[in-house]
Amino acid sequence: MTPARPSLLRPAPSGSDGDTLSPAFAAFPRDAFLSLRGITRVYPGVRALDDVSLDIGAGEVVGLIGENGAGKSTLMKVLGGVIAPTRGAIEIDGQSFGQLSVQQSFDAGIAFVHQELTAFDNLDVAANVLLGREITGGWPGKWLGRRLKLIDRDAMARAVQPILDRVGARFTPDTPVASLSLAEQQLLEIVKALSMNARLVIMDEPTSSLTLTETNRLLAVIGELKANGISVLFISHRLSEVQCCADRVVVLRDGRVAGQLAKDEIDHDAMIRLMIGRDIMAAGAPHDHAPGAASLQIRGLRTAANPAVAVDLNIHAGEILGLAGLVGAGRTELARAIFGVDPPDSGALKLESRVLERHGPFDSIAAGLYLVPEDRKGCGLILDFSIPQNISLADLSGVSARGLLAAGRERAKAEEQCGRLAIRTTGGRQVAAELSGGNQQKVVLAKWLSMRPRVMIFDEPTRGIDVGAKAEIYRIMRELADEGVAILMISSDMEEVIGVSDRIAVMCRGAITGILERRDFSEQNVIALAVG
Amino acid sequence: MQKKDIGLLVLILVVGFVVALINPRFLSPINLANTANLVGLFGLFSIAEAFVIVTGGIELSVGSMIALLGVIFVDLVVNHGVHWTLAVIIVILFGSVFGAIHGFLVTRMKLQPFVVTLCGLLIYRGIARFYTKDATAGFTFGQTFPDLEWIVAGRSFGVPHSIVAFAVIAAIAWVVLHRSVFGRHLFAVGKNEEAARYSGIRTGRTIVAAYVICAALTAVSAVFFAMYTRSISPSSHGNFYELYGIAAAVLGGFSLRGGEGSVVGVVLGVILLQVLQNLVNLLGIPSSLNFAVMGTVILGGVLADQQFTRYRERQRAARSLED
Repeated sequence: MTPARPSLLRPAPSGSDGDTLSPAFAAFPRDAFLSLRGITRVYPGVRALDDVSLDIGAGEVVGLIGENGAGKSTLMKVLGGVIAPTRGAIEIDGQSFGQLSVQQSFDAGIAFVHQELTAFDNLDVAANVLLGREITGGWPGKWLGRRLKLIDRDAMARAVQPILDRVGARFTPDTPVASLSLAEQQLLEIVKALSMNARLVIMDEPTSSLTLTETNRLLAVIGELKANGISVLFISHRLSEVQCCADRVVVLRDGRVAGQLAKDEIDHDAMIRLMIGRDIMAAGAPHDHAPGAASLQIRGLRTAANPAVAVDLNIHAGEILGLAGLVGAGRTELARAIFGVDPPDSGALKLESRVLERHGPFDSIAAGLYLVPEDRKGCGLILDFSIPQNISLADLSGVSARGLLAAGRERAKAEEQCGRLAIRTTGGRQVAAELSGGNQQKVVLAKWLSMRPRVMIFDEPTRGIDVGAKAEIYRIMRELADEGVAILMISSDMEEVIGVSDRIAVMCRGAITGILERRDFSEQNVIALAVG
Repeated sequence: MQKKDIGLLVLILVVGFVVALINPRFLSPINLANTANLVGLFGLFSIAEAFVIVTGGIELSVGSMIALLGVIFVDLVVNHGVHWTLAVIIVILFGSVFGAIHGFLVTRMKLQPFVVTLCGLLIYRGIARFYTKDATAGFTFGQTFPDLEWIVAGRSFGVPHSIVAFAVIAAIAWVVLHRSVFGRHLFAVGKNEEAARYSGIRTGRTIVAAYVICAALTAVSAVFFAMYTRSISPSSHGNFYELYGIAAAVLGGFSLRGGEGSVVGVVLGVILLQVLQNLVNLLGIPSSLNFAVMGTVILGGVLADQQFTRYRERQRAARSLED
């Protein structure tokens, strides 16, 4: 039996007369409309959730944090009706359910905004938002159009536009989704959830691909949802965001609720302590020592994306140079141009006073210049290859003799790297696709660290990675720097940039607008340079 | 040998057993030798096709290349008196050039392999027909080439040399594809070309090399076929042979998306296809159903393989939850 929903909020099934989708107000009781009681989910050998109880009131913003494997995804799937709990009950509007079906979850007003985006990039924005609920009846005439189920594109655009305005999206209903950036696609997911008049919007790492401005906009949207009586359950690794907009924070650890913090108790250190009990930035913090000589000198580099701008930059041995900026500032394009994947229009590179002939990734790698790409699943790893095969990929000559591969050497190299970087595997022939985000990134690192890095570029190294693995990656980067490697770290996470870098270069529209020394590190200074 | 290959081997044995029961002539030395000869002939270009498929591409012009290169070979040897060893080398060179052109169009000009090789299929056959002015190219009466014939079409102890050549080339292909650095590059490029580039692999060169190897092996195959049929009708010689090659590769576990497959599988695939062909003849099934039988078996084989893969993945997922 599905819980009954007030018909004011529910859009008419398959096609609608109205032009607007803005939710109507309804008088909800301010106490919890959704309760989880003693939810336990057991898999063979592991308790993914252990006696989790949680109340969510209408218009409440609850932050859910925890390391990977803490049970956040499992909890979400229980709420979404994808998984049934082994024990426990879900109460919605006073009705108790042993488990939810997906349809029941949807009818109850629970909407998901996923971390893995699922937009249809062969359609436009309005089509995506209203997929399955298309408005019919535009042409050739309202009656005929509705009979023949012909789509009314104007009405759809009119219905979607107000929501786009509310979230401050810069795209229009007829923009093809293929042309949207990752950040914009995420906004699209939120627009879709809003259009379904959700009562509870669950966001799984929504800001992991957004820049500062877009994140602030999203946090404002969350505030608006709250004001309209819509609850938000917010999973994020970015503790500062949770800190600023949550009414309450729930910390999961090993499937149990490790603690809850009320708004006035929310504090960065308290959250970390509940999650893992140590300060992660310390692992990567710079030491006080003079920077080495310039390892990589870039002069007059013009990328194909911003040919009008010439970039000059020095990266010193032993330093981590943070590269900050808004999405679209051209940082990834710069990294790819330096590495040689997208050949630059012009420019010269000198690596340790040797001029680097620009041909492609092969030459950069031969010179000791490596890139850890932003898209680790698409560009960093071959998902169907095993871990040893991925680790050896950039230096097959190191595990072969006279052109023939030596499986023993490949395995030995992989074992060595897995031990050094604490890569957790289940042993046996695991392929890279089965690893967690943090372990996947470590495999990408292992590939490069097994060779001889002189300069390394990290593009968003800790995106979508749990806190524990993040700390380890910062430690690895700092160790590399201490060994004399020059590191360029592109990051959109302000905490990370300020906490780990020795210097910060800021880009805007393809140009470097400024370089900050440690004593001038601050969010305001970075933002000031980032907006040009 | 992977699990899929064992499945294929079992299928071959079962089919062979059933046919032998119904018509014992299947196991007669003459029949086995003939089938082996066909396996050798068809296998050479099937391995060629596999090299291209592993990179995620496809080579549709194999049959037409066999026709054109065969016609050129016969013409050189018969009409221009070129010694056959030189003619073989010339033909392989020609093939390599064709392969290089295909590779260039795919990697530099970024055309789809299907389109490039489809045009090849049409163009090469057209040139072959023009070359002979649509006449049949053949050896004049009484002309013999004892050495060449012995090597290519001869038999030792009843075993056709074509299958010996196939075995040798299959062994080399196995080493190259599964044990060499180049083979690892092929699999990487086929699975995820972007990631391979980011890891410093020269994807362009790797792909072009695959097409060149395919075309060179096809050229060798063309010589074998020319000596086997002894006369080449350019409008029909080698027609649809690429489909045999692709079918054998697919049975052998080569996904058309690239990045997967095993040489042992291709060998077994070729054997299965020829056994099926033989089955149609020996069981008195009308030869018009020849292709239908083959198509059905291939479909069944691929479906079974797909189901097996999904089953294994579900096992893997269940196992990972236990850890």
